[in-house]
Order: sequence, then structure tokens, then C-alpha cells
Amino acid sequence: MEALIENWVGRVAEAASAGRSLAIRGGGSKAFYGHPENGDVLEVGAYRGIVAYEPTELVVTARAGTPLSELAAALAEQGQWLPFEPPHFGAAATLGGMLAAGLSGPRRQAVGAVRDFVLGVKVLSGAGEVLSFGGQVMKNVAGYDVPRLMAGSLGTLGVLLEVSLKVLPLPVAEKSLRFTIDEASALARLNQWGGQPLPISASAWHDGVLTLRLSGAAAAVAAAQRALAGEELPEADAVAFWQSLREQTHAFFAGDGPLWRLSLPSVAPRQALPGSTLIEWGGAQRWLRGGDSRAIREAAAKAGGHATLFRADDALKASAGVFQPLPAPLLRIHRNLKHAFDPQGVFNRGRMYPGL
Amino acid sequence: MSIESSVADRRFPVDRQALVNRLREVLPAQALLVEEEAMRPYDCDGLTAYRQLPLIVALPADEGQAQAILKVCHELKAPVVPRGAATGLSGGAMPHRDGVLVSLAKLKKIIRVDPVSRTAVVQPGVRNLSVSEAAAPYGLYYAPDPSSQIACTIGGNVAENAGGVHCLKYGLTVHNVLRVRGLTIEGEIVEFGNAALDAPGYDLLALLNGSEGLLAMITEVTVKLTPKPELAQVVIASFADVRLAGDAVASIIAAGIIPAGLEMMDKKAIHAVEPYVNAGYDMDAEAILLCESDGTPEEVAEEIGRMTAVLEKSGASGIRVSQDEGERLKFWAGRKAAFPAVGRMTPDYLCMDGTIPRKRLAEMLLAINGLSEKYALRCANVFHAGDGNLHPLIMYDANQPGELERAAAFGAEILQLSVRFGGTITGEHGVGIEKIAVMAEQFSLAEIATFHGLKAAFDEHGLLNPGKGVPTLARCREYTQARAGSAATPTRS
Repeated sequence: MEALIENWVGRVAEAASAGRSLAIRGGGSKAFYGHPENGDVLEVGAYRGIVAYEPTELVVTARAGTPLSELAAALAEQGQWLPFEPPHFGAAATLGGMLAAGLSGPRRQAVGAVRDFVLGVKVLSGAGEVLSFGGQVMKNVAGYDVPRLMAGSLGTLGVLLEVSLKVLPLPVAEKSLRFTIDEASALARLNQWGGQPLPISASAWHDGVLTLRLSGAAAAVAAAQRALAGEELPEADAVAFWQSLREQTHAFFAGDGPLWRLSLPSVAPRQALPGSTLIEWGGAQRWLRGGDSRAIREAAAKAGGHATLFRADDALKASAGVFQPLPAPLLRIHRNLKHAFDPQGVFNRGRMYPGL
Repeated sequence: MSIESSVADRRFPVDRQALVNRLREVLPAQALLVEEEAMRPYDCDGLTAYRQLPLIVALPADEGQAQAILKVCHELKAPVVPRGAATGLSGGAMPHRDGVLVSLAKLKKIIRVDPVSRTAVVQPGVRNLSVSEAAAPYGLYYAPDPSSQIACTIGGNVAENAGGVHCLKYGLTVHNVLRVRGLTIEGEIVEFGNAALDAPGYDLLALLNGSEGLLAMITEVTVKLTPKPELAQVVIASFADVRLAGDAVASIIAAGIIPAGLEMMDKKAIHAVEPYVNAGYDMDAEAILLCESDGTPEEVAEEIGRMTAVLEKSGASGIRVSQDEGERLKFWAGRKAAFPAVGRMTPDYLCMDGTIPRKRLAEMLLAINGLSEKYALRCANVFHAGDGNLHPLIMYDANQPGELERAAAFGAEILQLSVRFGGTITGEHGVGIEKIAVMAEQFSLAEIATFHGLKAAFDEHGLLNPGKGVPTLARCREYTQARAGSAATPTRS
């Protein structure tokens, strides 16, 4: 395993001296996300395997190339899991790709995102140094919180080598309920319920139907089900439904048209944008098919959030930009941070923003 | 170890009179303190062993004034130290002798509590508890609850990524803050995060949390509010052996239970607290655990049943469950009063803050007892057992020659052990000035250099809270050499 790292250190030094970029590749399942890269591919999937897992510590440490499916299976054996339900987007998905993409699934609003569960990282920097930040404990304020900074950094700050995550016990009971309701009323209800101590672990509205998932102690789920009414979904259907959202295999996501992700305050009103929409996270994540890039970005900013061109062809990505443009002071900080971790700009150049 | 020498670091050639004149141009007269007598109350934070007068104290009343101060300081290259309620325990708000101490205490407006979006927008000088009080009419509260919550402010909570007794289930400050508005050292307004659940680009919001005032000055914070659970109950379990108590903590987690709070106190802590607040703790126990459940009444009944079963099986010598809210608060009052209670027993104490894997709690407690004998100093232990965060309180008398030095050496050994056990030197109190030397125990030179690069990405000239949080590379080398000379070598897995 250490020979792999030595080899990569050499690759990084070569690329740096040649002024070239390296495109870090784990399982390739999230290659569609972000701007396309033209760097030489650095395959990192071979650096894999669970390093330490102690269920009573609620912490797992694994090499970044570990397949997410392998990690999930090891956790499930002990009745635990990654509660933010990271999307895999393919069987080859790795732990490193999960952290670098920073994406979370249906449970995000209830339990937090990837960044809320990462405790420690080991990374290979652009200077070819192996660095460790954070650790394997839940409370740790020694040094800046680099592990969380890595979440969603799209590999632009270094090669992830090892990741430590907080894990949780699997929920004891789950029930999913359905309601026929229009978009504006669904948003209102979701926000109203959000202010009550209800065990809502996921929500999705699409095409006049709101689906809710309740998770927790059996007694709490049963009490909430009585209070909320709604039509109960058979368990198998419920599991398939939430998985189809997490993995974007639901019919809403089918087809090649552009897919926008609007991250908005949950209370933002229904957006008057053309195209089909699917709402998750209690109103805080809204998917949109098609539409005018400029109008979408403006609407998202006006509502207090931002819009990501989640899936699109390269031409549209190039013209619209994948991520919402940053204000000047923040862009400057981004460039300085990139320089601090990767002074020669070796890693995933341009994947997130031009110049990063 | 001399306290003075560990504080002195980089000097800044600042012309005090020029700085005063420029600040007087942009601030009302009452917003500046320049007389030594007036500045004296600002010479330290909760770490009172370390004191330093600043050149000037500035008390901005709004963001505009804070911005004006930063612009002047940036232009004259004068250090800036932000300060909230100064309840911090690591010296993070101790002034810099060449700089301006900026108290944000006057920025104390709760701008908005929005029950529908479950958020509150507050200025940095708002006290932690006030947020929960303002949210209470809507059945909401702000979850992070450091023991100092009556006094500590949100700005300081963000700067330190403050924890509390309910972190295991409800998270730290970083998990409960959506947006931080602040000023760069240049005086530019920046927003980290937003009213949504994520923001484009790097997660700078996460970086701001726990950055100890080294990256930006906070002027406004949007926090997440949580629905108040319908019911909470706490179990107190007594143990005749600290090892049994430590193992019980692991057994609770192994049973798939995530308690709302899981705290441990040793005999010395119990004996400090009980006569002070009459919390009803078992004075014969070697250790007690407080284990809380919250949720719907059905959920709590179920969980308390499971907790009690695990605690009994783990060899608890006595178990009590709070019967009403008054009794629950009484049980917690003991734990929350632990620091002041110990403060009554001793002229001075040092509070340590390492975090270790839970499974090593008992081992650590026994090691601390050994160190207590070695240094001939008493030590009471309160642990956030659920997340392995330790608060040994080392008692000493600063007026007795050599005691402070012994206490500091005692503390340093605990921190070295924390790292060796696979943990960290600070769980929630921050590095500040207090633990800056020990950072070299946990991080390599290359890692420390990366921290400096990260800091420079925000603050090129190193003007924001200099000398805190991250040691200079020279200091790290000195530390490593000194450690190599002593019995043990630094260990890091």
C-alpha cells in the first residue's frame, strides 16, 4: 500500500514540474459531476480497505479507495451505517469520491451531511506530503477543521488517502407515508412539521404527491404515524422509492436533459421556473429539469440559496458554469486556499471553478 | 515552564499614538479605551493565569464600526484580537501587546427568530442561553449548551466550535450554524454559508467554526433551532470502580443507544459538587454516570428501560431515574456546577480538555490518579463520556512557589497521553495560548505549515489574533527537541 503512495508522490512531482494537471479517479461513478478535466488520470482506487472499525466508538477509518458498498456491508454487520445516505451513482463508488463530491442523500435534512460526519482525513498534498488532520474522535478542535473542508472540494486540494467517519446505529423502525397535495401546500406543511419534534427522516414531493419517511424508536414512529395520518407505503415499495431518489434512478431523473439542483432555504416559496420539479429535504433541495441557466441562478440567489448544474453536457457546463459564481472576496480566499494545499495547481484543475 | 515566555512571540512595530489617532477619526469617543485602568478588565479571558494589556481596547457598536477598526488596523498592520464574553478557557481572547482588543459585546441584538424556518439570526455578542430563551415560545431551542451558556456568546461559540453535554446526539456548534457573516482583516464583508443547507465552493463555514478568531471577525450568525423534545429524563448510575463505569459507557453505545447526554464524574468531582448544590449524588461512589434520554414519552420510556438494563448489567451499584423535570434539572445542576464547585476547593485550577476513544476512559482516569500523586496535586475529573471528552481539573495555588509549573507539567502529561491514546489535545476549549506548544505533539511540521498556509489564505499579514491556535515552526522544533530530551518521545499513530 505504501508503495502506491510513493508512486503517486512521484506522479505529483512530475506533473508539478511539467505544469500539468492530474485528474484524480476513484471508481469514476461521479465523473459526471463538476467541470470536465483534461489532466492525466491518477487512478487511486487501489488504495483501499478498512483500517479500523470499532462499533462501540461509532467511528470507522478506511482508505479512500474502499468501495462504498464494502464499507456499508461492514457497518451493516454491526447494525450501523452512514446515516446521511450518500448516493453511490454506481457500484464502483468509493469512500474518497463520496467525501470529495460531498453529496448526501434523503436523510440530509434530518441528520446532517457528509461534512457533518467526517472526523479525520489523511491526504497527499500538492507538495507531495502525506498530511493528517482531525482524528478518530467526535470532539476535536486542535487545528483548523481541514477534514470538513475536504468535503465537497472535488479533489482540488489533494488526494484523499484515508477517511475517518462518525457512524450511527441503524434506525429501529421506519414507515413511509403518502399524501396527495399541491406544491405550495406541501412546502408549507413540511416547514410546519419541521418545527415539531416529529421523527421525519426524509421527504419528497413530486407531481402532486408528498412522501414522508419516519424513522426512530418503534413507539415514536407509531405515534407520529397516528398524528400525521397519510397512506402507508408497503415496506418494499418505500425502500425502493427512497433508494431511487438517492441513486437518481427515479423516473424524474431519466433522460439526457440538464438537471439542476437548487439548494434553497426550506421556506423559499414555490419557484416560478419552467420544467418539472422534485423537492427533497423538507424544501431545502429542489431538483429541476431544463430551463434557462441565467433565470435559474438568479431565482436561486434571490431565494437565498444557489443552483448547481448537476448533470449536463459539456457545452452547457462551459457556458453556464456548473457552480454558482462566488463573490469576489470568497473567490480570492478559494484561490489562496487552493494555493496553500496545491501550490502548482496539480489536482483536478478547473473541476470546480476556473483557476482552482 | 514560564508562562511569560510561552506567550511572547512575534512583535509588530505599531505606533500606538498613530493608531489611536486614526481610530479616533472613525469611532465615537466612548468606543475606545486607552487608559490602563480602563483596559485592565480586558487583560485576560477565562484562562486567568495568562494576562496581557493590549495597546487599545475598541468597543464597536455595529458592523460598520467593526469594519472601520479593521480597515485602520490592516492599513497600519496592527494585530486585532476579537473578544466575546471572554469565558474561553484557553486564552484565545487574551490581548496582544502590540494590538487592538476588539470587544464585540455591544453587538448583542437578536435580529430575528423565525419559527417557520427554525432559524435565528443573531449578533455575535448574544449569549448562548438567550437564543434558546427567545426561541422557547415556539417550542424550539438552540442545541449546543456549553456549561458557560449563561454567559458565553454565540460569536465565541463559533470561534471555538463550542460543545456541551448534548453533543453526541445534537452535534457541536459547527453542526448547528447555517451562516456566518463577518469581516476579513481588510474590512470586507463576507458571508460563509447561507440560509440554505449548503453553499457553493469550499466549506468555509466549517473552517470558520473553531478557527479561534484567526480567519475573520464575526458580525452575525444564523443558527439552526431544534424542536424541543416533549420529554427528557436522566438516569444516574453509581459505580464502585471507575473501570466498571468506563465499560458501561461503551456498553450503552454497543447496545445501539445514542443518549442525549452521557456524562461521568469521579469521586473528587462528586465530593466537590454535592456539598455545593445538593444534587443528590452518591457520595460513596467512585464514579457516577448521568445518562439522558429525550423524545416522545413512549420513546423515552422505552430508551430509559434499555439504558437501565445496560447499566445494571454493567455492575452499577445504584440507579436512579429522574421522576420529574425539577429532579432532572437538579441532577444536571451538579454536573453543570462542577467547575465553580471545584473552584471553591482551591485557589486556582487548570482545566484540561483532551478527547480520547471512549474505550480508554477508565485507563485514562487511573493514569490521571497516578499523575496526581506524582505531582502532589489534587485533580477532580468530569468527562463528557459520550464523546470521550475529558475535563480533568488540576487544583493548585499560584501563590505557592512551583505549583503552577507542576500543574502545567501535570496537564501536559495528560495531553500527551490523550494523543498517545488516539485522541486529541483539545475537544472543545480550543488551543488558544494555553495548548499552543503541545500542538507539536499532535501535528507534524508539514501539517503545522499547512495550517499557516490556510491562515494566510484569509489573512496574509497574520494580523488576526496572532500567536494563538497554531505554533510557529520554530516553536514546534523546540518542543520536539525538548521532548526528545525527556523520558518519553512524542508518539503519533
